Amino acid sequence: MSRINTLLVLLLVVMSGLAVQPACAETFGQFMAEFARSAKSSPGFQSFSAANGEQFFKSTHGNEWSCASCHTEDPANSGKHAKTSKVIKPLAPLVNPERFTDPTKVEKWFKRNCNDVLARACTPQEKGDVLTYLLTIGK
Amino acid sequence: MPFDNRNTLRMSAVIILLGGMMSVAQADDDHEHHEGGRRAVATNAAWQEECGSCHVAFPPRLLPAESWREMMSGLDKHFGTDASLEPAVAQEIAAFLEQNAGKRKPDPVAKPLLRISETRWFIREHDEVPQRVWKNPLVKSPANCAACHTLAESGDYRERNIRMPK
Repeated sequence: MSRINTLLVLLLVVMSGLAVQPACAETFGQFMAEFARSAKSSPGFQSFSAANGEQFFKSTHGNEWSCASCHTEDPANSGKHAKTSKVIKPLAPLVNPERFTDPTKVEKWFKRNCNDVLARACTPQEKGDVLTYLLTIGK
Repeated sequence: MPFDNRNTLRMSAVIILLGGMMSVAQADDDHEHHEGGRRAVATNAAWQEECGSCHVAFPPRLLPAESWREMMSGLDKHFGTDASLEPAVAQEIAAFLEQNAGKRKPDPVAKPLLRISETRWFIREHDEVPQRVWKNPLVKSPANCAACHTLAESGDYRERNIRMPK
């Protein structure tokens, strides 16, 4: 009986999760799969690493800003635009479920922010590492 | 009883009046934003979303069309950051900005101004703001309208809603 109850609760949780997602939404798992697919085409790819992602996130890469300059050292927190001080909602998908749901947005912000931080596009390895790191936050 | 009837009548009148006022207020919220006093200002969803993600979506009438055209053609180098947009979105926003741009003719010889804070209008409006306020870390940049204009997000820059951080 209790097993049936647990199953029922689980089913309800999953259904309510589905209900709040916009129609064409993707999950961070789909983004991860996409980054892995792209990363595999470059030689030497093994897997994504949260530790590398964290280091990448918190370091500067030749320019003035790092990812953390705006998103803070703890992406579970709200950040602040380094120039305008506008509040930026938390980046960690487990804390802010709006993150990594809209492919257009994800692509737009990676393009802009990688240009600002690295003066180039990020590689699929870097994107995968960062997302892997972000998914360790708020667990 | 006549007394009861009068009261009921009064109550109904109040309810109808209130209802009317609320629906007017609602319509006001839906269709216009107030900026620089009580003047109604046009809005556009893409402008609000895209321009408003890094700073307040600045009202189009604060710069002439020439300035907006120049701004929108260089979004990949937007005051030191990459603010590039999909061409279709950029086009929609550019059209909205130009249609609702300030009407004052800019100096035809000078390059169009891109910083609102460098316009004569902005400098005049802010000439009584002390230096220490501009230097306050809570303000940091003249682009941070909401630091003092507490309702800037909703397009309200009225004097009565200004609170300078201490």
